Amino acid sequence: MATPADFKTGEKSWWCPGCGDFGVLAAMQKALVAVGAQPETTVIVAGIGCSGKIGNYVNSYNLHVTHGRTLPAAMGVKLANPKLTVLVAGGDGDAYAIGMGHFLHTIRRNPDVTYIVMDNHIYGLTKGQTSPTSARGFRTHTSPSGNIEQPVRPLMLALSAGATYIAQGFSSWQGQLAHLIEDAIRHPGFSLVNVLSPCVTYNKEDTYDLYKSSLFNLDEDATYQPGDRAAAFSRLVELDEMVTGVIFRGDSEPYHTKIPGFGGVPLAEQPLGLDDGIWREIVANL
Amino acid sequence: MISWKIGGEQGEGIDSTGDMLAGALNAIGYYVYGYKTFASRIKGGHTTYKIRFSGQPVESAAIRTDLLVALDQNTIMLNIGEVPAGGCVLADTSFKPALPVGSEGISLVPVPLTEIAKRFGRPVMRNMAAVGASAAIFRLPLEPFMNEVKRRFARKGTEIVEANWNTVQEGYRYVQEHIADVPVLNLPNASPADRMVITGNTALALGALAGGCRIFCGYPITPATDIMETLIEWFPRVGGAVVQFEDELSSIMAAIGAGFAGVRAMTATSGPGLSLMQEAIGLASMAEIPVVVVDAQRAGPSTGMATKDEQSDLMALIYGGHGEGPRVVLAPSSVHEAFADGFEAFNLADSLQTPVLIASDLSLGLNTQGIDRASLQWRGLAVDASRRMSVDELGGLGQPGFERYRITHTGISPRSVPGQKFGQYLATGSEHNTFGKVTENPTNRQAMMDKRWRKLNDVHHMRPGLQVQGPMRAEIALVAIGATAGVVRDVQRQLAEEGRAVSAIWVRTLAPFPVELAQRAMAEADRVIVVEQNATGQLMTLLRQHGVADARFSSLLKYDGIPFTTEDVFVYLKTLRAPTGVTG
Repeated sequence: MATPADFKTGEKSWWCPGCGDFGVLAAMQKALVAVGAQPETTVIVAGIGCSGKIGNYVNSYNLHVTHGRTLPAAMGVKLANPKLTVLVAGGDGDAYAIGMGHFLHTIRRNPDVTYIVMDNHIYGLTKGQTSPTSARGFRTHTSPSGNIEQPVRPLMLALSAGATYIAQGFSSWQGQLAHLIEDAIRHPGFSLVNVLSPCVTYNKEDTYDLYKSSLFNLDEDATYQPGDRAAAFSRLVELDEMVTGVIFRGDSEPYHTKIPGFGGVPLAEQPLGLDDGIWREIVANL
Repeated sequence: MISWKIGGEQGEGIDSTGDMLAGALNAIGYYVYGYKTFASRIKGGHTTYKIRFSGQPVESAAIRTDLLVALDQNTIMLNIGEVPAGGCVLADTSFKPALPVGSEGISLVPVPLTEIAKRFGRPVMRNMAAVGASAAIFRLPLEPFMNEVKRRFARKGTEIVEANWNTVQEGYRYVQEHIADVPVLNLPNASPADRMVITGNTALALGALAGGCRIFCGYPITPATDIMETLIEWFPRVGGAVVQFEDELSSIMAAIGAGFAGVRAMTATSGPGLSLMQEAIGLASMAEIPVVVVDAQRAGPSTGMATKDEQSDLMALIYGGHGEGPRVVLAPSSVHEAFADGFEAFNLADSLQTPVLIASDLSLGLNTQGIDRASLQWRGLAVDASRRMSVDELGGLGQPGFERYRITHTGISPRSVPGQKFGQYLATGSEHNTFGKVTENPTNRQAMMDKRWRKLNDVHHMRPGLQVQGPMRAEIALVAIGATAGVVRDVQRQLAEEGRAVSAIWVRTLAPFPVELAQRAMAEADRVIVVEQNATGQLMTLLRQHGVADARFSSLLKYDGIPFTTEDVFVYLKTLRAPTGVTG
């Protein structure tokens, strides 16, 4: 059994002191331990931005890709070897700006990967520009008079796109966040964990205090049943997505189980080469 | 060598007519070369399918058409210029065909194709009557056509097979019984052998399959799509996966993800898709992840002419994207080479841990070619050539652990894949040290750049850099790549028969460029003509850039979207000889 220490690298973090991403990292490491993952069978695909550095601090196989392209890369990893535990990590820019197309299409395919979005409503690594989840009126270097665009609502978006597992966590609420990530990893299919992860340097509005005072914990609401897509939708509208907990969990058939002829020994473990009989059949058919 | 061509509106079954004739000619013992012209639409618009056939291998298009099959008057007006005196136009009586003035010496054979088709089924089957009538004019045996009809229609039931076969037979019989003087077209001698008709795209896909490719990620685009369609036909048999992604960005990223996890993966696209993939190709170079990308080039830039030929992506293939990342670019020029490169690309990508791009083109990808069935073989599949660490080796490393990007004299570092204990590392597009840790240390940066580029040093020992057909001491050397190389090889063969010392040279590896081989192959030629299908002379630019080209070199360029023909080259050669007074 691996311990949290097994999932740590010796590398010193590049994040600012107080960054919400520390909480995401810690919860992710706890969740990996909880599901019984091993460093060598865990792959973290990370994107660009502050969040993208998370792979530097986790002892696992790490693939740090181009901006916005984490999900398709994760699809490739999972297809190559479905036995691997595949986690995808990125920020709100990666997920909901440059990678928005992949976000929706990945939901549609439902591969067995867990997507952890470290959502701070701001572009941090480029020093404070508007993000797709920034609130209207939010002032940044690229919206000095206030953001005039409507923010993306990632949870409702995922819900309407047909996601089979949707949760939201808050980086300060470690216990719940670790549990949500653990639950998401166990979910057989695509799981989204959007994490409200405050940027203490460039976002002075979406602060820890704000979240602590205004987030509603769905997990503590005994009347809420996360199996009903329509109910989930109305709750999200009602609370303007200011929730934590499991928002939706539905039936799920992961992508790799539906491909004709696919399965058995993972491709990554199969020897190279082509059966002579199949080759003869191919050539005879031409 | 004889050429047959059918023309009509798109959606009239022109393709299946050509495929059927090609199949039958192949069975009779001819080498065929078939090519289509089509527009980027499904119904309507003039379209043609041409087949050249001979007892010898054919690998290029030609202008001349000996038998033109016209399903409408438009076909006659647009194509009659290709038919020489002594040639023949077979036309459907339904549109009251007429040859234009100046068609002296060309026979018109009117056949009631539509009527025949209606008698046995629906008017759309008139193309089957045209097949039968063509066979009668060529005086071919009818039996091989029966097999083709079965092959094509068996799935639709015996009734459909019957109706089509009757229509073919009636077309044949009509010509025999009702055409008084069936024009005589002198057919070459057949050379029967077990052959098959195959496109470059199919050959490349099968090469990839044999080369161990098991994951294909792609987005449909002309003229690359049937690579994907070929693999989806066979992958279920070998447990592989074809995924149609939402765009080319995701396609290549998924292939890279699979490559990182230890599976041979590829994507195939055309110019617009290649442009989108450039950033990811840089990632694969930087993180040292094997991936194979096929670019079936078409006329650009932008959407350009989606269904027309061009070889104008050479710079994008070699230098595309930002920064400097090592990549290998292969350039097959025949169905055999497409197969070989489709296979070899994976060994190269795996052993060099870098992206391998294949520069194909529309003609190579889509044109059909008859080849000996037994010739599609691979020479003993190499075991994974990458330097894969074993778990024991990884376990024995101790601190500070696995040095994934260790600097070696070949530049190739030992590799681990997810699932291997003690092999964990960070693969990143950021500059990193030998352990994969991100760093901007200047000394490390230079060492890592050098290491990555060093991997390309050995490529020319691993595969052909270029190939030559004909003598080194040539009065003219014709240099080309891709499908255009087939044209210059055909030209070379014809001129060699006339006793001319001409060579055809085709570059098989565009990056790294085979500088020494090119210098040697072109050193003794009096004149070197670089024949390529683009406006700016990209292959010539490469030859100049590498110091190969000199005053003996000139360009023959074409960028009208129509592939080179042997006639184009002959015409150019004549203009060359005239001023110097040399006679051929």
